Amino acid sequence: MTGYDADGLAARVAADLEDGWYVNLGLGLPTGVAAHVRPEIEVMFHSENGLMGIGAIAEPGQEDPDLVDAGKHYTTLRTGAAAFDSSLSFALVRGGHLDAAILGGLQVSATGDLANWYVPGGQPGVGGAMDLVAGTPRIWVVMWHTDRAGRPKVVPTCDYPLTGRGVVNRVYTNLCIFDVVDRTLVLRELAPGVTVDEVRAKTSAPFTTAV
Amino acid sequence: MINKLVPDAVTATAAIRSGDSVAIGGFGRAGIPFNLIDALCEHDLTDLHIISNNAGKDDDGIARLVREGRVRKLTCSFPGHPEFFRRYLGGQIELELVPQGTLAERLRAGGAGIPAFYTPTAAGTILAEGGLPSRYGPDGKPAAVQPPKETRVIDGVEYVLEYALRPDAALIRAYRGDRYGNLRFRLSARNFNPLAAMAARVAIAEVAYANEHDVLDPDDIHLPGPFVTHVVRCEPRLDRTLAARLADRQEVDA
Repeated sequence: MTGYDADGLAARVAADLEDGWYVNLGLGLPTGVAAHVRPEIEVMFHSENGLMGIGAIAEPGQEDPDLVDAGKHYTTLRTGAAAFDSSLSFALVRGGHLDAAILGGLQVSATGDLANWYVPGGQPGVGGAMDLVAGTPRIWVVMWHTDRAGRPKVVPTCDYPLTGRGVVNRVYTNLCIFDVVDRTLVLRELAPGVTVDEVRAKTSAPFTTAV
Repeated sequence: MINKLVPDAVTATAAIRSGDSVAIGGFGRAGIPFNLIDALCEHDLTDLHIISNNAGKDDDGIARLVREGRVRKLTCSFPGHPEFFRRYLGGQIELELVPQGTLAERLRAGGAGIPAFYTPTAAGTILAEGGLPSRYGPDGKPAAVQPPKETRVIDGVEYVLEYALRPDAALIRAYRGDRYGNLRFRLSARNFNPLAAMAARVAIAEVAYANEHDVLDPDDIHLPGPFVTHVVRCEPRLDRTLAARLADRQEVDA
């Protein structure tokens, strides 16, 4: 097998987290990142419903009804955690007080636009995604390289409604890592066993190569 | 003498009318004022404009209001409930979709006397430029879309003008309250609750603990009394699975 599975991808993302960071994890693939933080560093995870310092999902029987994460799962708190209201929670986000937000994606464009909240005609729900991309200095997107039909998700321009324009700094997929530098994509790293040709075949956006 | 304690949820909500805008706190099931929401049904209110982060979880709370056809419009960031989407796509309910942080700040601003504010959130998206279907017609096609919002460039960055929310009423849940209306919340059950109370003309709080004799310590108060109209003690409402699991634990609150 070539490329990452979901767990391997989450572990690859987690390897780039730095000691002392405050980080928001989106739903889906990004949620898995928390389990792979290196034990020698401290990273505090933010949950936009009003918590800083969430831990693992609560074990059955240990749930606290007042303690849920942004995905509405019963969660736990780690040492040093804090609780606050939604306005303060988004002051942390919008005011640039987090170090990174790691989000899922439907599409990322060649200029770092992100679409990750709505497929027209379907069920809209934006949550905190637009606040996160507006305020957080590092926006990392974690997603499968292609959709279920095999179509590229790293595209020249997004077909779906945007979450933010030019907001993405880095894209992690099961095949590779792209950095967005001056509104252009740079192929920075290949997943194990993956070639530049394979990435090129499965990416419709133009990119330069630096691996 | 100030005494904001009232005996039950039906009495506490007597001033709310059909057609009112009602901000409701809670996120997931945490901090949802289930007893007060049920009281709206007891009063048989309809045509409500509900302002809350979600359209409910499971089949109670806001999901009950939606299912019973009591909601004309929902202002929220993440509806996330199949019954809401059935009615939205079927043309029976209007949606105003707002980013979560913008929703929180619109409520806070409403309570703080700030009529509008500029935020970077949603700049360059359809939630600022307009176009998201707000209402569907009987033919299943969009009958109305969200209008564009004013923008302004400040120091080279584009910001979106967002207006404060001033709902007629707020329903919230807190952990402890006293007869002065002072409230304390617990963990992630705080969420939108203090903000909804601040914004509304009438704010009603259901709390797990309150009595006539005890008052909260001044430094333990998350929301001071002037923001709160009525306080009513109500039992927590757990989801069924969790209720069964936690049956032997006494100290928890929903």
